[in-house]
Amino acid sequence: MLSRFSGNSQPRWLFPFVVLCLFLLSVLPLGRLALTGLQSLVKGGNHQILLEPSLWLAVWNTLITSLWGTVISVLIGGSFAFLLTLFNVRGRGVLAFLFMLPMMIPPQVTALSWIGMTGPSSTLLKAIGLAPPLGSPQPLYSLGGIALLYGVQNAPLVYLALRASLLSIPRDGVEAARLSGASPRQVLSHIIFPLVMPGLIAGAAISFVSCVGNFGIPAILGIPASIYTLTTLVYSKFASFGASTFGDISILSGLIAVLSILGLLVEERMLRGRDFRVLGLSGPTAAFQLGRLRVPVGILLWIVMAAILFLPLLALVASSLAPAYGVPLTMKTVTFRAYEEIIFRQAITRTAFQNSLLLSSLAALILLCISVPVCYFVVRSGRRVATLVSGLADIPHALPGIVIAVAFILLCAGPLPLVGVTIYGTLWIILLAYCSAFLSVSLRPVVSAFRQLDPSLEEAARLAGAGFIRRMIDILMPLMAPACGASVILVFLIASHELTVSALLWSAGTQTLGVAIYNLDDSGSFNLASALSVLVVVMVIAVMAVLELVADRLPKGVVPWRS
Amino acid sequence: MAQLSLNHLSKSFGAGRPAVNDLSLTIRDGGFLALLGPSGCGKTTVLRMIAGFEQPTGGSIRLGERVLADEKSFIPPEARNMAMVFQSYALWPHMTVAENVGYPLKVRGIGGDARSRKVREALASVRLEDYADRRPAALSGGQRQRVALARCLVTEPDVVLLDEPLANLDRHLRQEMEETFREFHRRSGATMVYVTHDQSEAMALATDVAIMSEGKLLQVGAPEAIYAEPEGRVVGSLIGQGAILSLPIFPSSPRRLDWLSLSHALRPVMQPHPDVRTADVLIRPQDVELAPEGIQAKVETSLYEGERYALRLTLSDGQMLRAFSRLPVRVGELVRVRIGSGWRL
Repeated sequence: MLSRFSGNSQPRWLFPFVVLCLFLLSVLPLGRLALTGLQSLVKGGNHQILLEPSLWLAVWNTLITSLWGTVISVLIGGSFAFLLTLFNVRGRGVLAFLFMLPMMIPPQVTALSWIGMTGPSSTLLKAIGLAPPLGSPQPLYSLGGIALLYGVQNAPLVYLALRASLLSIPRDGVEAARLSGASPRQVLSHIIFPLVMPGLIAGAAISFVSCVGNFGIPAILGIPASIYTLTTLVYSKFASFGASTFGDISILSGLIAVLSILGLLVEERMLRGRDFRVLGLSGPTAAFQLGRLRVPVGILLWIVMAAILFLPLLALVASSLAPAYGVPLTMKTVTFRAYEEIIFRQAITRTAFQNSLLLSSLAALILLCISVPVCYFVVRSGRRVATLVSGLADIPHALPGIVIAVAFILLCAGPLPLVGVTIYGTLWIILLAYCSAFLSVSLRPVVSAFRQLDPSLEEAARLAGAGFIRRMIDILMPLMAPACGASVILVFLIASHELTVSALLWSAGTQTLGVAIYNLDDSGSFNLASALSVLVVVMVIAVMAVLELVADRLPKGVVPWRS
Repeated sequence: MAQLSLNHLSKSFGAGRPAVNDLSLTIRDGGFLALLGPSGCGKTTVLRMIAGFEQPTGGSIRLGERVLADEKSFIPPEARNMAMVFQSYALWPHMTVAENVGYPLKVRGIGGDARSRKVREALASVRLEDYADRRPAALSGGQRQRVALARCLVTEPDVVLLDEPLANLDRHLRQEMEETFREFHRRSGATMVYVTHDQSEAMALATDVAIMSEGKLLQVGAPEAIYAEPEGRVVGSLIGQGAILSLPIFPSSPRRLDWLSLSHALRPVMQPHPDVRTADVLIRPQDVELAPEGIQAKVETSLYEGERYALRLTLSDGQMLRAFSRLPVRVGELVRVRIGSGWRL
């Protein structure tokens, strides 16, 4: 009766719809996970897993790699954010776009490309005659290697968080400091640095949580050297399926969730007392002049960019063009056989392409249909309800994908109630898990666009006599179309190559692109894995470039890598 | 059409002072009412309750025999047959001017020639026929405002609501738009409710002015009546630039006071008459003139306004008074003033 009896613009089906969506995609799976975890701790015999040294070793590995990964990502991301935002570096726009790429490249592809760049079998090193002798160890198969790649992969997250703070620094504040007689160096250390500290801390926390939940990198770098993090431990427990598996993996996922939450708690602790409301004119702070250093700094940035992006990708391309892993690449040995193989011969990769494209486009469209009503509800309701709803939508995305996968395994292992169909082992369970994990990816651009919309536009339509559906179709959807488009593309971009969720949920015939890359590498077909990765990277860059091209027409905050 | 009446209307948003407190008001059919008050006085909330964007927490709203909102029923804005001009104009940026104006007709299922004819008429009445195919983004502020007006005109609504429609326009454009509003009111004959915090705007446009403060209705009346005979200190200080003096007055004396009784009240007396009570008296600056037979006052500030000097004076007992002078006066100078008229609040 909501709509009859209040000035509320929401139709009466909206509230139940929102509750149902959030229940199915967030509350139910996570509740089920928590329940199974607690039950197996209290009743089942699963508490021995807590006594296994391998578990605590995995916890230690996870912590140490995540911490060092965070440090590296803060160093790289932080310096790029400072230099590209505040200083007059040449080619800032291009550098900024390139710097975002590692975030969107799937982690297992990052790992593969770095393996292709280093070690005794590196096609790239062999081609230039610099490869270490055969038999020497691959240096990346180590905790240090995992931490380094975490750092590279997550540096853009720190960059984005810090850049947002840097851009919100009031220009007049900086100018006032300059007039008070502060030198550029003093302005930097007295004004700018304290003001952007919250952004830096937030970026570090996001990076830490992302490291804890990363699966692709430790799977490719750790498992061959028997180094397990919590995520890969869940995977290996699941692979050797037994009676206690469900209990064990729910406890392990619980641990992963606890570590992530700990990271966020530390963040909150450190942010306390640093809530600087920035007043006054914000905007691109007057660029500091680098003077004589301009050229050297530019060169340095391009060198770092080459090391973390170009060379690994070049190595990946080289590996995909070599006839077999370890064979030197020369003009004579170059072959496109690997591409032929994955596109025309291997049924598995073709299925994987189909599955991933189908899953990610379906997930993107379904999520759009959920996001628009949920967004309307969030923006048009009271602040408290809105915070609760968006919090519930955010949790599954904040938690590592592997936790979501475990939750849906527990939820859907048996036949579904009422319909009696088992979706476990089909594409549908992956689709469901995608919808849960990426709801917040889809929701965020729509909400930020809707918030920027003048509410009187809808009120004018109400007075014109238009009902809810009519207003949606005639007024709101056309105005939100760009943001909706961005939402669809973003979900597609992230879902099309993800590995963490589908690694546990796939079975014969339902493998995704991420799984196919991992399996090809796992079975020793490094060149096929590289070729498939190259195709994925090309796809990612193409989609990102499309978004970048239309970004100026989108409302602020819709494209996540533009602040 | 019918008259719009608000009966004991209240609205509170959670804890604290209610935004609108027990407000009763009747707007006659075809009247043009200005809701005037300082920002935060609840006038916009009243407007939004009439439109149906907010539900009253108490009281009722009626349009003739039809109950728009009370404890039991609520008619959503879609079904109220009202129109509104928003402060931000609320033109839909993805539609052309003609589509914006024609949208209420489209929703009502009116199409084809009938719609385009009505749209053309509405646009002609605001002199925007040539802009039908433009987008709102290509128009100036005043033109957007006129499109918003045309959109109100097109469905012949029972009530037209205007929410500070001139706040975003510059002074020159305001005068032009005021004229457009008056013409619009004359032509359409619709009941209009106009929210503003600018008293000269309210006085110039409306047939009736309602003064609100802190959620309460203080006074309703024709602009001239409100200006000449305000009720109470709050209205007295809101309307015009008068000064309020506390003077000993016989309660039985008329409310309009002349120089004789004022000069009596202003002269210090050793032994006041037992019936005399202190009362608030509103003195408008145009009623104060510099004259040798007047009482003494000291010039505090003197501000040149072009056609005259605006003075702030203090009387011997420290009370403040405003006056105008055609001749320059020095600050600190002692002058004599005669007060031609005062109004007991």
